[in-house]
Amino acid sequence: MGFEALIDRLLKGDTRAAARLITIAENDIGAAEEIINSIYKHTGKAYILGITGAPGSGKSTLISTLTNIFVKEGKKVGIICVDPTSPLTGGALLGDRIRMKKHFTTDNVFIRSMANRGQLGGLARATEDAIKILDVYGCDIVIIETVGVGQSEVDIFRPAQSVLVLLVPGMGDDIQAIKAGIMEITDIFVVNKMDLPGADRKVSDITQMLELSMSFKYDYENLNQDHAIVHKWTPKIVKLNSKTGENFDNLLEIINEHKAFLKETGVIENYRLNRIKNETLQILKHKLTRKVEGLIHSNPQIDEYIRLVMDKSMDPYSMANLIIKLLGIE
Amino acid sequence: MRQFAGFGTAAQTNERYKFLLEHGQTGLSVAFSLHTIYGYEADNEYALGEVGKEGVSIDTLKDMETLFDSIDLSKISTSMTINAPAAILLAMYIVTAEKQGHSPDLLRGTIQNDILKEYIAQKSWIFPPEESMRLIIDTIEYCTQHVPQWYTVSISGYHIREAGSTAVQELAFTLADGFAYVEAAMERGLNVDDFAPRLSFFFNAHNNFFEELCKYRAARRIWAKRMKNKYGAKKPESLRLRFHTQTAGVSLTAQEPENNIVRVTLQGLAAVLGGTQSLHTNSFDEALCLPTEKAVKIALRTQQIIANESGVADTVDPLAGSYYVESLTNRMEEEAEAYFFKIEELGGVIPAIKANFFQKEIANASYKYQQEIEKNERIVVGVNDFQLREACSTPLLKIDDQVSKVQIDLLNKIRKNRDNEMVKAKLEKLKIAAQGSENLMPYIMDTVREYASIGEIISTLKEVFGTYDEDSIF
Amino acid sequence: MSENRRIKVLVCKPGLDGHDRGAKVIARALRDAGMEVIYTGIHQTPDDVVNTVIQEDPDAVILSILSGAHNALCPMIMEKLKEKDIDDVLVAVGGIIPDEDKPFLEKHGLKGFQGPGTELKEIVEFVKTNLKR
Repeated sequence: MGFEALIDRLLKGDTRAAARLITIAENDIGAAEEIINSIYKHTGKAYILGITGAPGSGKSTLISTLTNIFVKEGKKVGIICVDPTSPLTGGALLGDRIRMKKHFTTDNVFIRSMANRGQLGGLARATEDAIKILDVYGCDIVIIETVGVGQSEVDIFRPAQSVLVLLVPGMGDDIQAIKAGIMEITDIFVVNKMDLPGADRKVSDITQMLELSMSFKYDYENLNQDHAIVHKWTPKIVKLNSKTGENFDNLLEIINEHKAFLKETGVIENYRLNRIKNETLQILKHKLTRKVEGLIHSNPQIDEYIRLVMDKSMDPYSMANLIIKLLGIE
Repeated sequence: MRQFAGFGTAAQTNERYKFLLEHGQTGLSVAFSLHTIYGYEADNEYALGEVGKEGVSIDTLKDMETLFDSIDLSKISTSMTINAPAAILLAMYIVTAEKQGHSPDLLRGTIQNDILKEYIAQKSWIFPPEESMRLIIDTIEYCTQHVPQWYTVSISGYHIREAGSTAVQELAFTLADGFAYVEAAMERGLNVDDFAPRLSFFFNAHNNFFEELCKYRAARRIWAKRMKNKYGAKKPESLRLRFHTQTAGVSLTAQEPENNIVRVTLQGLAAVLGGTQSLHTNSFDEALCLPTEKAVKIALRTQQIIANESGVADTVDPLAGSYYVESLTNRMEEEAEAYFFKIEELGGVIPAIKANFFQKEIANASYKYQQEIEKNERIVVGVNDFQLREACSTPLLKIDDQVSKVQIDLLNKIRKNRDNEMVKAKLEKLKIAAQGSENLMPYIMDTVREYASIGEIISTLKEVFGTYDEDSIF
Repeated sequence: MSENRRIKVLVCKPGLDGHDRGAKVIARALRDAGMEVIYTGIHQTPDDVVNTVIQEDPDAVILSILSGAHNALCPMIMEKLKEKDIDDVLVAVGGIIPDEDKPFLEKHGLKGFQGPGTELKEIVEFVKTNLKR
């Protein structure tokens, strides 16, 4: 099946085409490949902002208020809200739209809910595809929202240029989550609901943690490079109230500061390089897994190996090596 | 005995009221159209298709005057089911009586005015909780001083139950709301014995006979104890929990609707045995439509038969002393106390609302209930057991879409004929008062007198108070 | 159809009635049947519904209306969908819909009409068997 017609419409900024292409990319990895293949050269214009935080930290309200500001600046905004799929039933309940202000028109704000369909890490397999589609559709900014609850939900930093982590006063668990992994991926900590008691306490908790361990997101991005100059970004902390919009100037300033940092230090190039590596790795994993699964269920040679392992005349490691040989990628 | 009514335009509802009064009803009950409930004018985008559908459509004082045309407000008692804009409707009622020549101290009736359960279950809020609470305490304070025979808040468990809560949740959340109003009014500086006797309750009567009647008994006990021990009330009327009961709308089935007559009878019986002061029995066709005249009459007759023929109303608390009734009452009281503790831990009712505590508890209970029906662990006759498939031939009452046009025409006429400069001036005064901390009732009454619409008054208040959005809860 | 297709359903409450118990229970049931369910919350105008349909591209839309506003709201939603050339989405309405209104709504392309007391598995089955794509 060709998608030329839809892609043509996408390039002209057609909303329905964008929506349908995301659906297709979600449902069929083969089709996703075809779509990305033809639109990739048009990507790279959108600024990608990741927002994560525990349930109830006010992510949707924050995004809603931020989006309002961006729209007033004349920008076109794409929002992708990723929620978990139930491992038992495969279903998902996606309720993030409720809190998004409804006075957004379709012309300048595109909101899409996405279930992660069992992928670990906080994103769905097709999230990166959807980002690219919205980029080509004409969004100046793409905001990705994920539920960040623990150390395993940190994948948001892969596609996002700036990562915001939301915290609320009072909830003690989030500090634990930060220690366990969120710390390293965060560019800006946002303490929401600043009017609640305990907001200052939360700020000082984060400050203390930051002193103990500097962000190594950018170290990591330079890991495999010889003579890399390591530019450090010290994560910033903002207190605000996303319902009233109080202190949003402050947040915008810091986002811009971070954008400028990425550009001026050249970190953005490292960042792109790593993003491509990571993405390729993800795609390879997906493809190889599918290929191996297909092989295991259909290849008589492998049935033979399995019998040998059952007889204890071979061990699973040796069998795996033989399968890699079969795949021809040794 | 009073039956909930209201549909179409004020003139149409006025006709129905006269019919009900002729058939022995002793009080009137007003249901309002959804656009009125949310404070939108009839020609607002959100009012599309809603005008007069679920109740009477009221935009201005003119509609209120028509609604009670030829009905002497000093002689009847009126119950108004309205919450977020309650202060405005109450102001309209007082001004209507004023125009009939009656002073406010003669007025008798109830206004629901219970905003907390809106955030918890019913969802028709407009302003954020704190600002809503201010309006409620304004009405309590105003009525305490000027409309002493009026019941100022009808603290409602009905909707909490309809939203899917358990009986214990209904009991606990409703009483927690009640205590929140008491505390807020005392904070305003009112004496507990001055306003507490004018608070009343509104409970649901669901299917489980003993659980329901013990719920009412537990509620009375908890209220009396706390009012006395915690809030220092001295008057016996302050300790007395007065309540109105309505049979559970959600228990009515669309399948074999006539069976609902039997359900309603049993539910009404539980309420009377549990000591209810007044009762609304649902019409059997309500799962299908607004009730028809015939169904309304059967519902009214059901009450009359329970009250006059069965003899159950002759004895106070006739089931007291039964080992089962007493132990079940105790257990429900204990479970309610456990909920009070949790709510306090969260910082009180409003913080618990903001943390979605109630909403989550109810959503889980309601999903569980539905699952029990699906798995046949709970039998609903005619629905998941003993089914008889037959076509429904109940005649339905329909509100034609002409109502919307009529109402909008009326509204436009008012807009043209009133003194618009004066309306603007009074709204401006209301706005300034809202920015301060004065009681807003007199200001609202001034805008109402000039025929400002509910939509205009609410928009003015929104400019100061803002609005409220809830998080999604399943 | 393809490797990873999931049925995506939009559950909406157009109009002003706040009785979202039924809508929420249905949303949960569809989720438990393996579908991806977007719940929009209460007070949706016809434009809100259509905008959401465009962006989320669901296979089915379930409108839940208990206020009696269905005859005004549903045809308007269907018309606006048609204006946008959206014809491959199942649009069902449930809640309190009197029998005599059904032919009128059917004429406008609406299906379903499940009222209170409908078994959840019946609704799940209905969605599965009436999809248009």
